[in-house]
Amino acid sequence: MTTATPNPEELTRIQAILAGHHDQFHDLIRPYERTVFAMALAMLKNEADAEEATQEAFLKAYRGLAAFRAESRFGTWLASIALNEARSILRRRNQFPTDSIDSSDDEQPGISPALLRDWREIPSESLERAEVRSILRAAIDNLPVLYREIFLLRDLEELSVNECASTLNITVSAAKVRLHRARMLLQKELAPQLKHLNPKRRWFPWS
Amino acid sequence: MVIDCKHVWDAISSYIDDSLAPETRELVQKHLDHCNICSAVLDSTRNILILTGDDRVFELPTGFSERLHARLDEQIRALRPSQDA
Repeated sequence: MTTATPNPEELTRIQAILAGHHDQFHDLIRPYERTVFAMALAMLKNEADAEEATQEAFLKAYRGLAAFRAESRFGTWLASIALNEARSILRRRNQFPTDSIDSSDDEQPGISPALLRDWREIPSESLERAEVRSILRAAIDNLPVLYREIFLLRDLEELSVNECASTLNITVSAAKVRLHRARMLLQKELAPQLKHLNPKRRWFPWS
Repeated sequence: MVIDCKHVWDAISSYIDDSLAPETRELVQKHLDHCNICSAVLDSTRNILILTGDDRVFELPTGFSERLHARLDEQIRALRPSQDA
């Protein structure tokens, strides 16, 4: 669970950058490169566009650093810049209107999960397998953009539900509903596929 | 009061975030303690969120970080030419 408390080391670094030690910006953003890129890629589904969006987001963050308000976390601020950057690329591509046809999320009936009798845990080491990564990415890519956004903010960027709500400019209860649906859609799509992955699968039947 | 499976599924996301009201959480917990299906839904959802929320799912392109920092450098130098001195 994340908190809204800013990281004191980051704040010191931000103050130093604003005081003229501009090169420290490189170190400030290093921990966020991967997640910002991942979020951009999940939104845009295209590596070149995602790299461009990530670079633009960090450049904007650098130019606008003086506007960063220390009452939020730097990561939350950055996530919101990155989300807006990805959204504006989507708009330019004119994909956004088509993608958001399913925006009237509040009237949708509840999503039933995939039902299983038991679940054998799939460890994070299984991410070393390209096959697993590709199954997971396809499921994220298939989420409607409305659900993809909240999933990425909450479960990838690890913003709190309140931070997600304010980033998306929606109420906390709407954020909870969207998040629930996003997570249920992922479970429904992925549980049946992942169930058959045996992490302890042996390469030789006789070993 | 007893709740059925459908109510538990509706509460899964908030249960994971530990944001259910204490009395609802207790009802959900009681149900989970004896319902294998709902426990499997909870376990699989939790597991799937750990996997899908891992940024390694999205591979960084080769040279990504170098290009990013080179571009930042350009920007820093452009905005603060005096820093080059």
